[in-house]
Amino acid sequence: MRTWDRRRSTLLLLIAAGAALLAVSVAGGLLTEQAMATDFSRRDLAPCWGYPFGTDWMGRDMLARTLAGLSLSIRIGVLTAGISAAVALILGTVCAISGGWADAAVSWVIDLVMGIPHILLIILISIACGRGLWGVTAGVALSHWTSLARVVRGEVLQLHQAPYLRMARKLGVSQGKLLRLHLLPHLLPQLLAGLILQFPHAILHEASVTFLGFGLSPEQPAIGIVLEESMGYLALGRWWLALFPGLSLVLVVALFALLGERARLLLSPASAQG
Amino acid sequence: MILEARDLTFRYPRRGSPPILEGAGFSLRSGERLGLSAPSGLGKTTLCKLLAGLEAPERGQILLDGIPLSRYRGFCPVQLLWQHPDAAVDPLLRLRATLEEAGPVDPAVLEGLGIRESWLERYPAELSGGELQRICIARALRPGLRFLLCDEISAMLDLIGQAQIWQFLLDQAQARGLGLLVVSHDDALLEQVCGRAIGWDALMS
Amino acid sequence: MTPILTAESLSVSFTRYGRGLSRVELPGIRDLSLTADPGQVTAVVGSSGSGKSLLAHAVLGILPRNSRMEGTLLYDGAPLSPRRAAALRGREIVLVPQGAGCLDPMMQVGPQIRRGRRGPEVRTQCRQALERYGLGPETETLYPFQLSGGMARRVLIASAVMEGPRLVVADEPTPGLDARAAGRLLSHFRELADQGAGVLFITHDLELALTVAHKVVVLYAGQTVEEVPAEGFRTEKGLAHPYSQALWRAMPRNGFQVLPGLQPEGLDLPEGCAFAPRCPGRRPECGRGQIPYIETDGGRARCLFPGEVSVS
Repeated sequence: MRTWDRRRSTLLLLIAAGAALLAVSVAGGLLTEQAMATDFSRRDLAPCWGYPFGTDWMGRDMLARTLAGLSLSIRIGVLTAGISAAVALILGTVCAISGGWADAAVSWVIDLVMGIPHILLIILISIACGRGLWGVTAGVALSHWTSLARVVRGEVLQLHQAPYLRMARKLGVSQGKLLRLHLLPHLLPQLLAGLILQFPHAILHEASVTFLGFGLSPEQPAIGIVLEESMGYLALGRWWLALFPGLSLVLVVALFALLGERARLLLSPASAQG
Repeated sequence: MILEARDLTFRYPRRGSPPILEGAGFSLRSGERLGLSAPSGLGKTTLCKLLAGLEAPERGQILLDGIPLSRYRGFCPVQLLWQHPDAAVDPLLRLRATLEEAGPVDPAVLEGLGIRESWLERYPAELSGGELQRICIARALRPGLRFLLCDEISAMLDLIGQAQIWQFLLDQAQARGLGLLVVSHDDALLEQVCGRAIGWDALMS
Repeated sequence: MTPILTAESLSVSFTRYGRGLSRVELPGIRDLSLTADPGQVTAVVGSSGSGKSLLAHAVLGILPRNSRMEGTLLYDGAPLSPRRAAALRGREIVLVPQGAGCLDPMMQVGPQIRRGRRGPEVRTQCRQALERYGLGPETETLYPFQLSGGMARRVLIASAVMEGPRLVVADEPTPGLDARAAGRLLSHFRELADQGAGVLFITHDLELALTVAHKVVVLYAGQTVEEVPAEGFRTEKGLAHPYSQALWRAMPRNGFQVLPGLQPEGLDLPEGCAFAPRCPGRRPECGRGQIPYIETDGGRARCLFPGEVSVS
């Protein structure tokens, strides 16, 4: 009898990681007001009990700013990853099922988008959409669907060759039922894992585009803005301005990566843990 | 009804590979039981796939009462039972969904094939080849079925299981007037099951 | 002569995930006994779910981690612990698996048979092993996808027997082969036995097993129900257990007779004789307690009223 239960611990870790991310996202949302509140009586405080992450040159609480920034990032991440996964699912399936010129056209677009460096594409789309929240979201969403779409397309093509799918067609199963019964369950694990693994990408890209000045506007407490501002003060010895927000960003990204990895383990039938 | 194949030619799409079938002809009537005995590697499985419409021939036609099989919509009156039933069921689907994918199945069929209710809650990896084969048979035995192609279907079964499912299939074939094509390397089995048996060479000529 | 392998009241059970997080303990083998002698082919015959593959895994010491083994397993007269099995497998105890799927698709046949060992004597040994099964030296440079089904199986045997094993375990080595190819393959097992090795031939195909086996062990629901010399299967009278007799009658050439019902599985095993619910000669005593072995002509059977069953 084994006392250590892999499936249970995987599930626990999954729930813990999800809860942590949800907590950050909610807390940050509630703290937006505080993140913007300036108070010059408490400028440039190093980390202490009252302000664990310290305060900046305008007396803003860095903990609140960090949480608010992460929260914004997470929400943008969820939105963009969701959009790109949906785009990938639809285009990938259309590609594989219709074949012919539709397949060729979508494949060509995939190659095209993949050929342009991500960061450049995001900046271009973001500028074209007028920067700000929607600019960044559009930029990240429209540049990240390609690899997942390619995976979906390949998977659907392969499934179409499977004997059980051909049998189902000869048994008179309708196209819609075929999609629901035989295609989606096979695509879901790939799609979900791909979606979760896309969060960290999206968050990092959002942060970097904002850091470079092509994303969110400076008054929004995004993590990219926080980091960008802190750069000017690093030389003055205010290490806490960059360290804590930066570490938190890394932590959130790592949590998402962990979440994706665990979800894939749990969903993939190949690792049905016996 | 009559299932006919005319001038069937098929090769796998690999450059320069010789045809597996060339100019094969075949006919099977309702109520008839035809045994086909041949060593492996000659294309028996390919022939079955072609006759069931699962592969398209390079040349030639498969006709059901003179109408090309590919024109039939919905449930195909010609069904194939595979030698390896694990390939013919979706690994991610509980077997109840697999069994009923084309519609509800007559409880008498489940009873006759000895399919346990508990199997239907499981996934294919949790059942043996013989158990999966029983489910595949039940799935194929729909009212619209006219011809059943059996490609070594009892190779995965023990002797008693083999006798059980053949007895059941023969009863069904009798009652519904099905045409059966039975492919096996076991001549004693073909003798028990089929009215007439032919060799591969006879089929090709 | 000491048997090369002895199993006495062997049982293997394993825990498995049920729905969600629940776990169940399932018996695989319940009470399996057999002896395999050197120089003989011992066929272990049972339908799927009778626990025959678990036996192979137990002998090789490769049962999954969530399993538990009880009872006695002796190799060459001494207990075969998983550690001892690990030390012996690949050399004295070898497995011939099912098919080409067990070969590494990315590796040429030669290096795969040599298992990473180098040197001129290993090369000759390898070449001889291939030659013995009618495979030329050019086979060494082929990849598994270039082999036909029959060739792949011969490669698997060559690979298994290169070092002169004392016990060969073959787990369903024939599915997908036609009668002639299967017959050729089985003659190789017979040959190994003639050279002194013990061969444990695990299969569901009784008719095929009878073409090579010296002895047949019949399994039903994880239990040995009868151990009988292969000649016992010539006539129905040579068999003591009603399940073996039903197997005999179900052969296409012996009447193709159907025995209704299914082998009990997992947790719904009946008390007493597992076969009793389907047995035409069942009596009340069959449903109680342990059924002991009785000696039969050259073998043993686990039945209270052997040979008394008559079928109309």
